[in-house]
Amino acid sequence: MSGLHADSTRFVRDTMLAEQEPPLTERGAVKWARENLFSGPLNTFLTVVGVFALYLILKGLGPWLLHSVWFANSAAECRETVAADFGPGATGACWGVVRERWAQYFYGFYPSEAYWRVNLAFVLLFVALAPILFAGVPRKVLWFTAFYPVTALFLLWGGSIWVPVVIMAGIAFGWVAFRLLGPFAGALIAAIAAGLVPVLWWLILAAPVAHLIEGWIPLGIEAIPSAKFGGFLLSFTIGVTGIAFSLPLGIVLALGRQSDMPLVKMLSVGFIEFIRGVPLITLLFTASLLLNYFLPPGTNFDIILRVIIMVTLFSAAYIAEVIRGGLAALPRGQYEAADALGLDYWKAQQLIIMPQALKISIPGIVSSFIGLFKDTTLVIFVGLLDPLKGITDAIRGSFEWKGVYWEPFIFPGLIFFLICFGMSRYSMYLENKLKRGQR
Amino acid sequence: MSEPAVDRTIDRSHMHVSDEVAIQITGMNKWYGAFHVLRDINMTVNRGERIVICGPSGSGKSTLIRCINRLEEHQKGQIIVDGTELTSDLKNIDKVRSEVGMVFQHFNLFPHLTILENCTLAPIWVRKEPRKEAEETAMHYLEKVKIPEQAGKYPGQLSGGQQQRVAIARSLCMKPRIMLFDEPTSALDPEMIKEVLDTMIELAEEGMTMLCVTHEMGFAQAVANRVVFMDQGQIVEQNEPTEFFNNPQSDRTQLFLSQILGH
Repeated sequence: MSGLHADSTRFVRDTMLAEQEPPLTERGAVKWARENLFSGPLNTFLTVVGVFALYLILKGLGPWLLHSVWFANSAAECRETVAADFGPGATGACWGVVRERWAQYFYGFYPSEAYWRVNLAFVLLFVALAPILFAGVPRKVLWFTAFYPVTALFLLWGGSIWVPVVIMAGIAFGWVAFRLLGPFAGALIAAIAAGLVPVLWWLILAAPVAHLIEGWIPLGIEAIPSAKFGGFLLSFTIGVTGIAFSLPLGIVLALGRQSDMPLVKMLSVGFIEFIRGVPLITLLFTASLLLNYFLPPGTNFDIILRVIIMVTLFSAAYIAEVIRGGLAALPRGQYEAADALGLDYWKAQQLIIMPQALKISIPGIVSSFIGLFKDTTLVIFVGLLDPLKGITDAIRGSFEWKGVYWEPFIFPGLIFFLICFGMSRYSMYLENKLKRGQR
Repeated sequence: MSEPAVDRTIDRSHMHVSDEVAIQITGMNKWYGAFHVLRDINMTVNRGERIVICGPSGSGKSTLIRCINRLEEHQKGQIIVDGTELTSDLKNIDKVRSEVGMVFQHFNLFPHLTILENCTLAPIWVRKEPRKEAEETAMHYLEKVKIPEQAGKYPGQLSGGQQQRVAIARSLCMKPRIMLFDEPTSALDPEMIKEVLDTMIELAEEGMTMLCVTHEMGFAQAVANRVVFMDQGQIVEQNEPTEFFNNPQSDRTQLFLSQILGH
């Protein structure tokens, strides 16, 4: 035994050990449960409580869902069916209400013979979005995207075809003004003119001109007033327009807040802080009631348009702050490298700064979008029929469906969830894609 | 001298200093708030000169070269680059920046663009070169810095030395007449310093006018025609390298040299 120490320190392995499975408690479901459910007295207790709570929920909700009635023409009929099938006193969900009134959830009081216009606008929306959301779509589709807003406007509200045409003409005039002034008046003046010309055109000349042409060549489809809009049609109209316009506006505000020009900076900060300091409902009330006092009597300023403007401004203020966070996260060196290469402010922003700042801000921006989309239900307070309360109340107030309580809320809730969950998933997809590209 | 980084003979056939003035700095002062960072800087750089600026940290050497392409604004005095005076006039600033290339300590490549896109961005958007032509130029310079095979990758996929060589190529794509180097090797691992210095030496061999802020004294001895020593925002001593290293005049210079070369 004297050579023990030397024996154990001098060592040469002659056979390699085979790999062995871990012990039973260290693998599969047992390991998972040990680590996640029963890792200590407190966690074990919480697991038991959690399981019990789950049991209570299922016990309450299970029968109600299992006894669902899909075909019924009134709440009373639902109750009778449940009582007949599962005995008196049994509860059951009454999805018949959704089955009968789904059109109202989606279209509001839009005339049913014109549903195709909404459907077409909805399908075209995805065509227009495709090139923005996915890189694989041919770039030429962007031309369609550019024309989508006026197309949707025409399809949804109808009326004379000349209205969307003169609206587009305003944009064309702005472009012409930019090209004409650009060479000798400088980029800034040209840009201001490019913004001012269309606005003046739309406010003053567009309506009479459209009317005039309509007099010569009457062409159009049935006009449908904003009052007929409701449900998810309304939510989508406000939500999609708000999202589309609040991002660029938010970028401009974020840049304005960082500007060296005191006036621009002050206006941006003031705007952002004011909007963020006021509840959206206040802004909506302002849009629906107060604005009329300031506008000349007899002005018909469409209520949906007013709401869209307010929702856009509201969301833009939040997005501006999200993007400011992204800008702050960029190292100074990026600005310096862009400067040193001779890129001017706008080119540096467009090519170097914004692509990176927006990438960092994606989660925050999408959160703002989701918030905006859900906030569209607040239009109920200015008398528009949102899908969650406006339509649901209309249904629950009807004679046949009195007493149906949960179902009319669950349905729009589910649709909101699907849309918002979709946006959230898309944002994760985009983050992963951009991360992969640069790693 | 413990400087293994430069171990090659240098071809001096194209390295000559002309009489033409490239940069003229007279009575230049700069403050950060109340802090006087640069004090009465007077300096003339002729075309073809290779100047190494050294000094302790906080001596204002980086600030000095950053004033030359107006990344920093000077408050007093005059800087004339290639006949254009740097004032708040944006046209002049753009003109100077298109003549002067800059390489940073932390490379500052654009992480969302590929190596090739990094190199072609400024030629396409500032010089309005056609894309194809810009890409050919970019590939030419990437070959020069010996990494054409990385053109399709993103900066994050490259080593520090490779990134710095891309940064040099990116600057060269704008065909600058003057190159500024702001501690180009300070953020690199020792084994990568050499590849970047080699690239810089090649540039010097072609006769490029260069101003380098660096602590690579081997590079200074081998390539520079003048070494400028700065302390406390002032030029304390300048001389041609052999004299500067072997026979430093001021106490401050002697102390600095003994500290960085003493072991």
